Amino acid sequence: MYKITKKVLLASNIYLMDVEAPRVAKSCYPGQFVIVKMDEKGERIPLTICDYDREEGTVSIVFQAVGPSTQMMAKYEVGEYFRDFTGPLGCKSELIDEPVEELKEKKILFVAGGVGTAPVYPQVKWMKSIGCNVDCIIGARSNDFIILEDQMKEVAANVYVATDDGSYGFKGNVNDMIKELVQNQGKSYDLVIAIGPIIMMKFVCLLTKELGIKTVVSMNPIMVDGTGMCGACRITVGGQVKFACVDGPEFDGHLVDFDEAMKRSQMYKTKEGRKELREKEGDTHHGGCGYCGSEE
Amino acid sequence: MDVLKRVPVREQEPSVRAKNFEEVCLGYNKEEAMLEATRCLKCKNPKCVLGCPVSIDIPGFIKEVEAGNIEEAYRVISTYSALPAVCGRVCPQESQCEAKCIRGIKGDPVSIGKLERFVADWARENGIKPELPKEKKGKKVAVIGSGPAGLTCAGDLAKLGYDVTIFEALHEPGGVLVYGIPEFRLPKSTVVATEVENVRALGVKIETNVVIGKSTTIDELFNEEDFDAVFIGSGAGLPKFMGIPGENANGVFSANEYLTRSNLMKAFDESYDTPIVSSKKVAVVGGGNVAMDAARTALRLGAEVHIVYRRSEEELPARVEEVHHAKEEGIIFDLLTNPTEILVDENGWVKGMRCVKMELGEPDASGRRKPVEVPDSEFVLELDTVIMSLGTSPNPLISSTTEGLKINSHKCIIAEETDGKTTKEGVYAGGDAVTGAATVILAMGAGKAAAKGIDEFLS
Repeated sequence: MYKITKKVLLASNIYLMDVEAPRVAKSCYPGQFVIVKMDEKGERIPLTICDYDREEGTVSIVFQAVGPSTQMMAKYEVGEYFRDFTGPLGCKSELIDEPVEELKEKKILFVAGGVGTAPVYPQVKWMKSIGCNVDCIIGARSNDFIILEDQMKEVAANVYVATDDGSYGFKGNVNDMIKELVQNQGKSYDLVIAIGPIIMMKFVCLLTKELGIKTVVSMNPIMVDGTGMCGACRITVGGQVKFACVDGPEFDGHLVDFDEAMKRSQMYKTKEGRKELREKEGDTHHGGCGYCGSEE
Repeated sequence: MDVLKRVPVREQEPSVRAKNFEEVCLGYNKEEAMLEATRCLKCKNPKCVLGCPVSIDIPGFIKEVEAGNIEEAYRVISTYSALPAVCGRVCPQESQCEAKCIRGIKGDPVSIGKLERFVADWARENGIKPELPKEKKGKKVAVIGSGPAGLTCAGDLAKLGYDVTIFEALHEPGGVLVYGIPEFRLPKSTVVATEVENVRALGVKIETNVVIGKSTTIDELFNEEDFDAVFIGSGAGLPKFMGIPGENANGVFSANEYLTRSNLMKAFDESYDTPIVSSKKVAVVGGGNVAMDAARTALRLGAEVHIVYRRSEEELPARVEEVHHAKEEGIIFDLLTNPTEILVDENGWVKGMRCVKMELGEPDASGRRKPVEVPDSEFVLELDTVIMSLGTSPNPLISSTTEGLKINSHKCIIAEETDGKTTKEGVYAGGDAVTGAATVILAMGAGKAAAKGIDEFLS
């Protein structure tokens, strides 16, 4: 059993929780994820690691309450327990093992879409801890869906917020913001790391390919076990079949077959479910909340 | 009674059981078991024992059954096997103990598996527990994986007085017994849970949700958690796909995924949250036990089901009993048939499978007749679901994160057959992680051998 030690409502329907899981906290790195199973009859929900405290033995997760399982998860309070909490799973971000001197030379832009800000945060925090200053775009449908802006400002050199409706920050989507930075403000980047809804990552990759910037994305397909034994999470990368849970979740975005990934993420969704999701969340939704594809 | 014929075992009617997940085979009652036991000739030189990978004293326990001393029969079996209720159900007895039974030369062999199962079920229903260890060794052993190999190894080591901890990646212990083999062959809450409890009752600790290679490593278990030896029983859980076009379409599953959803996550029961696809017409590609399990699961979820296999019935690797049950329940066998492409509709869903007919050519070096494509025999099977059951291989996660642990070209851990010793000191391995996908009883045999090897290493 894994105790919830902290619960914060970050934005409309988006929650952060700290969970006591010493083995995970001791060995996890940015880029990895966990699988949470709330109770006896619950499903296994993949959630990216947003932060961790090795001394306290806690791991932070962020999720958006949109489907039946995540809505139930949102009802859990501090002091209550999740039945199962497995991890860390997947590969750590490639940046973790790169020589620091080389990283310091690189100009890196992180692009976070909606709840995707949660998995971006620990990476930016890690970069800061080794003395690398990076830029970060946070994109959301409106002001109500922006999370972790203050935390991000503490660790990133520059944070640019973009909202589709212009209710806060730059008016436009993350691609408009990238173009603004690169084409109007004269910024240049060697690497983009984009994490958000599949559709957002697809369009960021189309743009960065045009701009000639290498781009890494974090895929979030349907998962069951998360340890490589079922292949539910398989995606095509550069013509090869990969299991996102063990080979990823991060991949070269210019090689990912996003259209196939989008179709596969719809596998268990009813028409009603899709409509509800579209109305409530627009394209700010990130699969990491566990809703994507894993529930009706 | 005709002594040439075995006492028939009661089963659910095919038409009834095809619609539920209850156990198909109801097993013997005491009278039936005692009657079947009289058929055993109690050979002085029993061949059946040679056919059993853990060498159970078969005539010894059958003698007790015949006399009605079921508790004593259970003690005899427990000396050799940690999971008799499981093995009595899922062992391929027709190619092991029962294949060697003298009665089988003229008539039916003695139903050794069904008798073992009866004894184990009786012990469970009457609350008989294995005996507890007397002495403590004061040494710690880590067992990785809680499948048949790990449970057996842990149980044997605990009986010898070691302090044993099992690390399991999933949220339930049991390995393939909980995620792979369906409820209708192996009930989970009664049979598997009791066998796991019996191992716990010996003092074995089971830590779930620990992925060795990610949550912690074997080297850390030695250096930071003071374990004196490690047994790797992590199985062969990595599914194979065919590599044909369309295989990533919606509606194409590995048998591992399909069975994990149904068995471990109980997707067939609507009160559980995990979904499973609802299919009208399913093809299961492959002919092993896992293919039969997936096919019979899909049938119970309401689909018309085809087994698509490239060789003929004679070569089906599945157990004869399982093929027989599958046929009785209405599974359609498309034999000598090989898929070449999965056809996909505009929404990314499976709509059919292009197949070719095969014929068997000359025997190859191993004596197996190789299937060869029949020219111009292409046809399309219309479907909405395909389940790939082509076998599995070991997950490289543990071998790739353990210094000095060698694997072979099939990614199987290299270990001695006699004692499970690997290339790394203090590390032993057994079961599918070493052999590739095999049987429950072979994994148990390997777990036993490794427990002995570890005991010798630590003594």
